[in-house]
Amino acid sequence: MSEMFAANRLNERNARVQKLYQLLLGGMTVMLMLPVIAILSMLIYKGGPVISFEFLFTNPTNGMTAGGIFPALLGTMLLVMVALVASVPLGIAAAIYLSEYAPENWFTRAINLAIINLAGVPSIVHALFGVGAFVLFFRFGTSILAASLTLAIMTLPVVIVATRESLQAVPHAFREACWNMGATRWQTIRRIVLPNAITGILTGVILEVSRTAGETAPIMFTGAAFFLPLLPQSVFDQTMAMSLHLFVVSTQVPNMPEALPFGVALVLISMVLIMNSLSIALRMYLRGKKKW
Amino acid sequence: MVEVKQSGKTDAVLGNIKLDVKNLGIRYGQTVALRDTSFQVREHEIFGIIGPANAGKTSFLKAVNRMDMFDTGMHVEGTIKFNGVDTSKVRNVYGLRKRIGVVFPLPVGLPLSVYDNVALAPRLSGEKNRAELDVIVERCLRRAALWDEVKDRLTSLGSMLSGGQQQRLTIARALSQQPELLMLDEFSIAVDPVTTMRIEDVLKELKKEVTIILVTNLVQQARRLADRTAFFLNGQCVEVGITEDLFTGEVKDSRTRDYVDGRFG
Amino acid sequence: MSQIIEETPAAGMDTDFDRLTKDWYIDKAAQALMFIGGISAVIFIIGIFVFISKEGFGFLFDGFNFKEFFFSPNWRPTSETRETYGILALVAGTASVTGLAMLVAIPFSVGAAIFIAEFASGKTREILKITVELLAAIPSVVWGFIGLAIMNPLIIKIFHVPVGLNVLNAGIILGLMAAPIMTSIAEDALKAVPDRYREAAEAMGATRWQVIYKVVLPAAKNGLLGAVLLGVGRGFGETMAVLMATGHSINIPTSVFDSVRALTATIAAELGETAVGSMHYQALFTIGIFLFIITFFINLAADLIVRGVRKG
Repeated sequence: MSEMFAANRLNERNARVQKLYQLLLGGMTVMLMLPVIAILSMLIYKGGPVISFEFLFTNPTNGMTAGGIFPALLGTMLLVMVALVASVPLGIAAAIYLSEYAPENWFTRAINLAIINLAGVPSIVHALFGVGAFVLFFRFGTSILAASLTLAIMTLPVVIVATRESLQAVPHAFREACWNMGATRWQTIRRIVLPNAITGILTGVILEVSRTAGETAPIMFTGAAFFLPLLPQSVFDQTMAMSLHLFVVSTQVPNMPEALPFGVALVLISMVLIMNSLSIALRMYLRGKKKW
Repeated sequence: MVEVKQSGKTDAVLGNIKLDVKNLGIRYGQTVALRDTSFQVREHEIFGIIGPANAGKTSFLKAVNRMDMFDTGMHVEGTIKFNGVDTSKVRNVYGLRKRIGVVFPLPVGLPLSVYDNVALAPRLSGEKNRAELDVIVERCLRRAALWDEVKDRLTSLGSMLSGGQQQRLTIARALSQQPELLMLDEFSIAVDPVTTMRIEDVLKELKKEVTIILVTNLVQQARRLADRTAFFLNGQCVEVGITEDLFTGEVKDSRTRDYVDGRFG
Repeated sequence: MSQIIEETPAAGMDTDFDRLTKDWYIDKAAQALMFIGGISAVIFIIGIFVFISKEGFGFLFDGFNFKEFFFSPNWRPTSETRETYGILALVAGTASVTGLAMLVAIPFSVGAAIFIAEFASGKTREILKITVELLAAIPSVVWGFIGLAIMNPLIIKIFHVPVGLNVLNAGIILGLMAAPIMTSIAEDALKAVPDRYREAAEAMGATRWQVIYKVVLPAAKNGLLGAVLLGVGRGFGETMAVLMATGHSINIPTSVFDSVRALTATIAAELGETAVGSMHYQALFTIGIFLFIITFFINLAADLIVRGVRKG
C-alpha cells in the first residue's frame, strides 16, 4: 500500500523527459532570438563608426560613396507624413464603422476579408498598383504623392485593426447608458467611445509609421529615386528614401566602402526599432491607467 | 381624469394615458419574451410590474424606449403609444428617449467626472449655462441620495465609484433628463436598504411631476410604492390592478395571489 | 372589483419630441462618412486587382500562351531572337526559398510558441513576447542587406561554395522573417485551448510535456495550421529580402546552393527597365496578377482557419 504514492522509476523518467523538453523548447526560443542579437551587434560594430552628426544631416558626396544621408532621411519622413495624412482619417473612420455601426452580415465579413488581404498582398504588387493607378491613370507621375498614397493603402490595415481593437475595448455598457439617455450614436462615439480609445489609436499610428518607413518595393517605381541632386520642392517631385538608399548602396554602387551600407542599415533599423518600442511602451502605459 | 370608486376599499385616480400598450409581442430570434400583452400606464402614477425572472419585464422596458433599434436580434410586434404617438413610427428616436429615463439593475458610471455624468443629458439637450447646470446636477444628486457623498469630489471619475454609488449615479443621470416617464428596473439590487428607503421617498415625491414604472422583484416594495401593479408571468401580463387589491387577495387570476403570497418565484 | 377606465383623449400631452433636430442630421451624416471609410478597404482591394489587370491586359490576350507561361522554365523577355515568358523557373525559385524557409521556421516557431505559452511566465514571457514583436518589425530591405553582407560571406566560408547568394541564404533569412508572426499566431492558438483540458489531463497524472503533446497540440492544430499558412503567404509575397539574397540566376534549383530568382524579385528587378505598355511590361504585371490571386487564397484560407480558433 505504501508503494502507491512512492516515486517509482516511471515517474522519475517522466520528470526527466519533461525537463528535457522544457530545455529543448527554451533553447529553440533562444535560438530564434540569437540571430537577431548577432545581427544587431554586427550592424553596430561595422556601421557604428560611420554614424555621426554629419552623417545624419549632410548630403551624400562622391557619387553616394561618402558623405551623409540627409536627403534620404528627409525623404522618408516626407513620405511617412503624407501617407499618414491619407491613411489615418480613413482608417479611423473604417474602424469606427466596423466597431459601432456594422451589422453582422456578409458585407461586413467582406470588409474584414478585404482588410486582411490588403495587409497580405505582396509589397511588389502594391507597387504595381501604385504605378498603374497613381503614376499613370491619375497622372501624378513618379512623385511623393504617388508613393505615399501607395504606402497609405498598404499600411491602412494597421491603423484599422489597432483602432478597432481599442474601440471595442470600451465596455458596451457605456454606450447603452448614453443611448438610453437619448444620445445619438455619433454623440456617444464623440463623447465617450473615441476619447477612451485615443491611446490605442496612437499605438496603431506609431506602428504604421514604423512599417511605412521601412518599405522599399512600393516606393521604388512610384516616387523614390536614388540620385537626386535637389531636395523635393512639392509633393509632385521625386524624393530619396532611407529604404531605397540602403538597397542601392548595397547592391548597385561600385566602389562602395564597406562601412557605409552598414551605417545606413543601422540608422534604418534604429528608426524602426525605436518607433516600435515607443508603441510597445505606450501599450504598457495604457494597461496601468485604467479608467474603469 | 376619471375617478374610480373601488368596492369601498381603495380609490384610484387615473390620469391621461401615458403609455398605451396593445398586443405587444417581443422575441429574440425564436425565443418569445413577451406575447400579446395589452395594458395602459397613466400619467403621474407609480405603475409597478412584478413577476419572477424571465417573465418579460425587462424586455418590455427595452421596447418602450426603442432599444430594439440597436439590438438586431430583438423583434417587436404590436404597438406602444407614448403620449398618443406610436413609438414604432417615430422618426427621431433620440427625442423619444430623452423624454424617458431608465435605470437598469447593472450600475454604470460613465468614465467622466461625477459632475459631467449628471450634466451630460442637459448638455445634450443644449444647456450650456454653467450656473444652470450646477443647479441641475445638485438637484439630481440630492434626489438620488448621492449628493452628500460626492459633493466634495464632483470631479472624481464616475466609473471608479463603488457599485452602490454608481447605481445612484445612474438614477441621478436618469433624473437629469427631466423625463416625463421614469422606468426603474430592480434598482434596489445594487443599493443598500437604507438608501433604498430614501430613494423610495423621493419616488413618492416625484410622482407629482413624473410618471413612474417600477419593475421590482420585491413585492413589498410594489405594495409600498405602486398605485397600480401588473403581474407578469412567462411572457404574459396576467393581470393589472390596483395594488392594494392584488395584495388583499382580490385578484382576477389565482396565480397572482400565489406569487404575491410567495408560493413561487 | 369593477373598474371603469375611460379612454381619455391625450389632452395636453406633448408630442413635440418627434422633431428632426440638428443632432439627428449630424448623426446621419457621421454614419455616412463612417460607411465610406468602411467600404474603402473593399474598394482598394478591388482597385488593386483592376489596375494590375488593366496594365497586364495586353499580355493576357496577345502574347499569352498558357502552356508556355506556366510550364516553361525559360523566362527570356529580352531575347533578341525569340522572347519567351515561362515562369516555371521563377515559381521554382519562390517555392524552393519558401519551402526551405518553412522548414527552418516551423519547428522553431512552434517550439518557441510552446515555450512562451506553456512554460514561460510573468517577466520572462513579457520579455520574450516583446522580442518577438521587435523581430517582426525589421524591414525587409534590412534583412536583404543582412543576406548580402553577412550571410553571403558566411555561407561561402562555411560551405566552401563560390557564391553565397542562393536558396540557402534566402531560405534562412525568410525563415527568420516569417518566424515572429508565426510564433505569435501559434501562441494565440495554444492560449486559446481552454485550461480545463490541461487540468483534466494533469488530474490524470500526466506531466506537463505529456499534457502539451497529447492534449494541447492536437486541440490547437487548426490555429497552428493557420500560422503555417500565414508564414507561407509571407514567404510567397516577400520581395526585397528575396531579391537581394537569392542571386540572379533564372533556373530550377537542384541544390540549396544554387542561385535562383523568385517571382516577386523578377518584377522588382525588371520593371524599371521596361517601357510602359511593352509586352515585357505587361508580362510582369501578369506575374503580379498571379501573385495577387495566390496570396489572396492563402490569406483567405489562413483567416478562415485562424478565425475559427480565435472565436474559441
